[in-house]
Amino acid sequence: MVNRYENVLIETVTRLLIPAMQLFGLYVIAHGHGSPGGGFQGGCILAASFILMVISYDIKELKSRMSENLNTILCAIGVFIYGGTGLLCVILGGNFLDYSVLHKILPVDPIKARYMGMLMVEIGVGIAVMSVMISIFLNIASRGEHEGALN
Amino acid sequence: MRIIAIFAVVITGFLLIYATLDMPNWGDPNSPASRHVSPRYIEGTMPETATPNMVTSVLADYRGYDTLGETTVIFTAGIVCLMLLRRVTNGQ
Repeated sequence: MVNRYENVLIETVTRLLIPAMQLFGLYVIAHGHGSPGGGFQGGCILAASFILMVISYDIKELKSRMSENLNTILCAIGVFIYGGTGLLCVILGGNFLDYSVLHKILPVDPIKARYMGMLMVEIGVGIAVMSVMISIFLNIASRGEHEGALN
Repeated sequence: MRIIAIFAVVITGFLLIYATLDMPNWGDPNSPASRHVSPRYIEGTMPETATPNMVTSVLADYRGYDTLGETTVIFTAGIVCLMLLRRVTNGQ
């Protein structure tokens, strides 16, 4: 187990940078319809903020905010949101992933319902990509031990 | 043996470069790729999905099934990585 190397400069800059990165990641996911972006890119930005936390603090700091159980469950929830949106369309009487039938449960017209369906799908992709990136990084960087600092 | 290998590589490379000469020019509006489904997506994105970003509408709506597969691939990669590498010691 490697001890944490404390550095005031790195920790202060990281503390300022991580909220900005997470806000930008959420913006990229939510605004993927109007500008370059979407679930994959926003999820990677969110994961990068957590990975920066591991690099500049240690794994314990990440685990106090995002436990391993929560992270693994989020992997599955992301894919479930995607598949569940598709199945919801089937239940409402359309084809699989045909979002226009979502206007029956959303207060929008069928064309705008496709926009909303895409947003739901992108959120699912973002959650799945974020938690998978964190999981892969932690497992490879700490050789499966999940303890100690990486710096 | 080495001579034969070099010969095979040079011939294959020549054939590949020769094949690229038949490809349409970069950004050619009359190329087969630009005439088949691209106009359909470009014209249909705003009236059908109300999404200004065409890339998102093709990714998540027109080709939504493909993106479901991509997400599943990422999920599978993460879970397999967890299963192969994670070691839980008895103390935890």
